[in-house]
Amino acid sequence: MSVETTAKEKKQKKSRVQMPEQEPQVRARNFFEVPTGYTPEMAKEEASRCLQCKNPGCVEGCPVGVDIPGFIKLIHEADFTKSIRHIWTMNSLPAVCGRVCPQESQCEGKCILGKKGEPVAIGNLERFAADWERANGTGALPPKAPATGKRVAVVGAGPAGLTVAGDLIQKGHDVTVFEAFHKPGGVLLYGIPEFRLPKEIVAQEVNFLERLGVKVECNSVVGRTVTLDELFEQGYQAIFLGVGAGLPKFMNIPGENLVGILSANEYLTRANLMKAYLFPKVDTPIPRGKDVVVLGGGNVAMDSARTALRLGADRVRLVYRRSREEMPARAAEAHHAEQEGIEFFLLTNPVRYLGNEKGRLVGMECIKMELGEPDASGRRRPIAVKGSEFKLDCDLCIVAVGTGANPLLTSSTPDLKLNKWGYIDTESASGKTMKKGVWAGGDIVTGSATVILAMGAGRIAANSMHAYLMRGW
Amino acid sequence: MFKIVKREEMSQGTVVLNEIEAPLIAKKAKPGQFVILKANETGERIPLTMAYTDPERGIIAVIYQVVGKSTALFKTLKVGEGYQDVIGPLGKPTHVEKLGKVVCVGGGTGVAVLHPITRGMKQAGNHVIAIIGARTKDLLILEDFMKSASHELHVCTDDGSYGRHGFVTHALKDILDKEKVDLVVAIGPVPMMKFVSKLTKEYNVHTMVSLNPIMVDGTGMCGGCRVSVGGKNQFACVDGPEFDGHQVDFDELMMRLQAYCEEEKMCHNEFCMLEESWHKK
Repeated sequence: MSVETTAKEKKQKKSRVQMPEQEPQVRARNFFEVPTGYTPEMAKEEASRCLQCKNPGCVEGCPVGVDIPGFIKLIHEADFTKSIRHIWTMNSLPAVCGRVCPQESQCEGKCILGKKGEPVAIGNLERFAADWERANGTGALPPKAPATGKRVAVVGAGPAGLTVAGDLIQKGHDVTVFEAFHKPGGVLLYGIPEFRLPKEIVAQEVNFLERLGVKVECNSVVGRTVTLDELFEQGYQAIFLGVGAGLPKFMNIPGENLVGILSANEYLTRANLMKAYLFPKVDTPIPRGKDVVVLGGGNVAMDSARTALRLGADRVRLVYRRSREEMPARAAEAHHAEQEGIEFFLLTNPVRYLGNEKGRLVGMECIKMELGEPDASGRRRPIAVKGSEFKLDCDLCIVAVGTGANPLLTSSTPDLKLNKWGYIDTESASGKTMKKGVWAGGDIVTGSATVILAMGAGRIAANSMHAYLMRGW
Repeated sequence: MFKIVKREEMSQGTVVLNEIEAPLIAKKAKPGQFVILKANETGERIPLTMAYTDPERGIIAVIYQVVGKSTALFKTLKVGEGYQDVIGPLGKPTHVEKLGKVVCVGGGTGVAVLHPITRGMKQAGNHVIAIIGARTKDLLILEDFMKSASHELHVCTDDGSYGRHGFVTHALKDILDKEKVDLVVAIGPVPMMKFVSKLTKEYNVHTMVSLNPIMVDGTGMCGGCRVSVGGKNQFACVDGPEFDGHQVDFDELMMRLQAYCEEEKMCHNEFCMLEESWHKK
């Protein structure tokens, strides 16, 4: 047996360092972050498990191509300052990615250690490096290319837009981000709850970009306050559109306009962006249901259900029409939700909402489903079981069944080409739209996806934009 | 910050006008569109339809009634102070065209929103009759503005303290009985718009109303402002705020507007108590 194999076996035997978490019963009633982070010792210990593969699968699995073994090696050597700077070269939002990326299907899913045991906790380590820098770092910025004098407008300060801004500012361009809301962050701010991604971290990541020189213009509804053609007239030479999907879908069943039925977008925006969980210390109210039903099985449904619990619900039920296997939520999110006491009503679909004389929601009628043949998405199609209707009592319902393309910007820009669902058509290798000088990426191109995929799209577009600014369309 | 450059109280201090510096919005805004205002860091996003704009001075004007905590907070803002955030212009502008005879009906602060539309209708070559109403004389606003914006102005008060004794619908009915009207524009409290629409339906006169439901973002993202129009869901923020009054489910809208009445009361009372204690100090 060679020395190398022994070392490998030894590393495989070391088990993954678990990140400490708040106890489920405690955290279900507060908005503090659930996992509390590694200590430096834990991080070094976990980093020591990395095999430093010559052809690392993890890097292939990362949509923005972070040199994972490289930054992990630096953590192992306790050079945290260098480690975070190494991540920054490929990823401007590591504190976010370390928390919300679906690592199990990306980097960690490809980790060789995962074949026999547990993969290296790459997400946890990335989070550690970013958090360490925030708490103890020098704040020294990464190097920036000399100014090119080219001006870039980024529309939407979400994950795609911030990635483009971070990439292009480092390449020496003059970057301005236009955000419709009063604060930058996009879905990181209005969508993902505080207990999964503290808003202070989002603010810090944006601040990092601002320190690099990115300008952020909030309250700018591009398409209304200013159009794309006007941005070109103002001297911007390239524009990236990362406006997100942002059109809530409803069930379209009777009673949906009763008071007490909110889209997840509205519910989470109230809770996260407007911090309505602090009401009446802040002015924006949020309905505090006692008996809450959340419709849907994705991450947004999990976030809504867990938020409802933290807002004082006695009971939160998640109604999903397919089975656990088809649930699009990350396994870890579903697991966290169940631990906290969310009840899953699987293979169940609402038929109509029930209200009282004041127009307030008091319950809903549901029907049991069974799975038939696979549909276009490859998942087995749910079919209603005749005569299986039953009633659920509830005073609040959050509809988290997905989003569509928000037409606000695209309808004011007729020369963008859209597909039949209203998403922007782009050349996938570059993110170029059909309008000269305009790129797009993230949910407004793909439909609802993940933060990291939007960031990946931002990276592709940023490279193409840089080439265009230096060489032409 | 978006600075307040002019401030005026009307209607016994229950209604406030603010002229606000917002050059980008002023340049783009058209009658019927709205903005979202947020006073400070902890403030709520409040949609208000603009009363007028002056692109040359870079200002927009809003007129609001003090009804809850947020508008009470707005009222405390003085000239030179301002709003932390103003977002817009949002919503679709009013479709103004020459139709013939147009009656513009306004109640309460709705008159503020109605005024630029009335003026626009007159400029487009319509014969414009305006009807404005309030509970009592002291609560009437913009009478002079409405007089100059229209060809003919009728004023009604519920208690008969000024103008015609009665509701705006009474004055409207008399006009509809007398002459052929091509369009009615009604903007005001939801019950007023409901009864105007009910009346004009009997006369088969197309009626446009401007709705102000509860909303958060104002860009079509939250769906909180959904209203049933002709049995279909519409988002007031992007599909409106103006709709065909004969198609709107006003009863549903009224119930939806009550969604946070308990919270509003609590928040407002607390704010008023605080205000009072400051004054005592």
